[in-house]
Amino acid sequence: MFEIFGIPSTALFGQLLIGLINGSFYALLSLGLAVIFGMLNIINFSHGAQYMMGAFAAYLLLQYSGLGYWPALVVAPILVGITGMIIERLFLRWLYKLDHLYGLLLTFGLALIIEGVARNYYGSAGLPYVLPESLRGGQNLGFMFLPNYRAWVIVASLTICFGTWFVIERTRLGAYLRAATENPALVRAFGINVPRMITLTYGFGVALAAFAGVMAAPIYNVSPQMGSDLIIVVFAVVVIGGMGSILGAIVTGFGLGVIEGLTKVFFPEASNTVIFVIMAIVLLVRPAGLFGRRG
Amino acid sequence: MDPAAADPLHSSPSTTRTPSEIIAFAVMVAALVVAPFFTYPLFLMQVMCFALFACAFNLLIGYVGLLSFGHALYFGWASYLSAYAAKAWGFTPELAILTGTATAALCGLIAGSLAIRRQGIYFAMITLALAQMMYFFALRAKLTGGEDGIQAVPRGHLFGLIDLRNETAMYVLVLVIFLAGFLFIYRVVHSPFGEVLKAIRENEPRAISLGYKTERYKLAAFVLSATLAGVAGSTKAIVLQLASLTDVNWPMSGEVVLMTLVGGLGTIFGPIVGSFIILLMQYKLSIVGEWVLVIQGIIFVACVLLFRRGIVGEIASRLRIRL
Repeated sequence: MFEIFGIPSTALFGQLLIGLINGSFYALLSLGLAVIFGMLNIINFSHGAQYMMGAFAAYLLLQYSGLGYWPALVVAPILVGITGMIIERLFLRWLYKLDHLYGLLLTFGLALIIEGVARNYYGSAGLPYVLPESLRGGQNLGFMFLPNYRAWVIVASLTICFGTWFVIERTRLGAYLRAATENPALVRAFGINVPRMITLTYGFGVALAAFAGVMAAPIYNVSPQMGSDLIIVVFAVVVIGGMGSILGAIVTGFGLGVIEGLTKVFFPEASNTVIFVIMAIVLLVRPAGLFGRRG
Repeated sequence: MDPAAADPLHSSPSTTRTPSEIIAFAVMVAALVVAPFFTYPLFLMQVMCFALFACAFNLLIGYVGLLSFGHALYFGWASYLSAYAAKAWGFTPELAILTGTATAALCGLIAGSLAIRRQGIYFAMITLALAQMMYFFALRAKLTGGEDGIQAVPRGHLFGLIDLRNETAMYVLVLVIFLAGFLFIYRVVHSPFGEVLKAIRENEPRAISLGYKTERYKLAAFVLSATLAGVAGSTKAIVLQLASLTDVNWPMSGEVVLMTLVGGLGTIFGPIVGSFIILLMQYKLSIVGEWVLVIQGIIFVACVLLFRRGIVGEIASRLRIRL
């Protein structure tokens, strides 16, 4: 045990770890927002609610069908992703030709509906989700204690983030996607079913949020308002990073998580607001965002 | 149907004053004078405060095309400062309201100069994030009373003379403030300044090429909107004798969007009708508890998909008049 700037190393590394965990969620959520915005030109305000749906899906799967954490990690995002595709077909597709703001308003309404329903049935208190046996315990690294589950969250979200980056930037499917983002009419003329691609993209973005929700379930309590608290911070992350770049979203997400964690050590009063303050500074210095194009 | 046809964010009505507006204004004033004899004055005063709040919000979304998702910041912080000035410093109500309004104007100047650096969807996210930051600040600051808020705010004596504990005096004051705010907004919208704002809404690059410094116009509109939201919030704190976290939290920002959307974006009377309907709904539906949230969400979705013009906008377009 040693000290850094008068702070015991265990506390410092502990907060760094929490920062990385929060950063994983910021990265996954802002990545989903960026993917959806790229294709649909809609800022998905219900992203937080869909993250919460993922956590609830995991909880309900465990309660009523006995499906544990590992199957839930696959099943819950698929289920929530399907509801996302239904939402896209029923509601969002009518808005593509309108001002972006209508998409924000509609998805805000959806977020209220989802959160309201959850609150009606489960109240606003949190429900505990039990950790899977295989991920309990942890490693003593000498300078700190690393719980296995937290290590898993960081590894898993990094894998998913870079997997998504790889698919979009380096594969043929990703090339179609990027092309459709630039010029949907032309891509359609080449015989690619763009509306279906849009539906699947929204489903995928929502599934990413749900995946983050399942991973969050054992760490935080499963509660109806877990998403709305988070989504506003993620919006600030998106403003800081800009939505033009996938890699930018990932780097900004993790970076801000770590900064938030460090703030908790050195200046705990500001830990809630530090990301917003950084957003204000970035707006002053680089209005387009760190990785963004002007717009 | 051409979707752009029902997009009130990008429609430009003519700007001459019409008889329909004058008639509607007369009806509204008459209704507000007569109504307290038939229903709770406190409810009506609350409606007027929120109506002014929604009108202030509409000035931005309806006439400049800027969606602020953080208007609770100005409403809520004005409410806090007004309540604090009346309670802790013993200010008379008019000075308390002025204090709150000045606070909102200052917050609007700071937040506005940050937010106008980005456009469209980013503008909405920035205003929301800044409002959330100030919510956390309100949660911790000593001045706001944290979770308890500022309770039992004295209504005091207007100009040191008129006792506002008298419900009639209070009602008349709120009515005067509301009508003054409303007429001021009407004047702004129809002034040369307002015409430039509408030009920015329609086509900002073109307004820039005509030589207008659009950033300054947008900032001025933002500060005006925040200030008027501050008037509403300060008055509300005196009327209800309470300032609380509800006033600064994001659901309040969402509520004012909903009120304006239901009434009609970019219509002069829409926000008033909208706030009356939403508040009435909250009163009537308070027994169903959390379902209010779900119902509000459904109204949002329905408005965006089916009634983008809102109630007043729909009536105006059916009758081919301006309201």
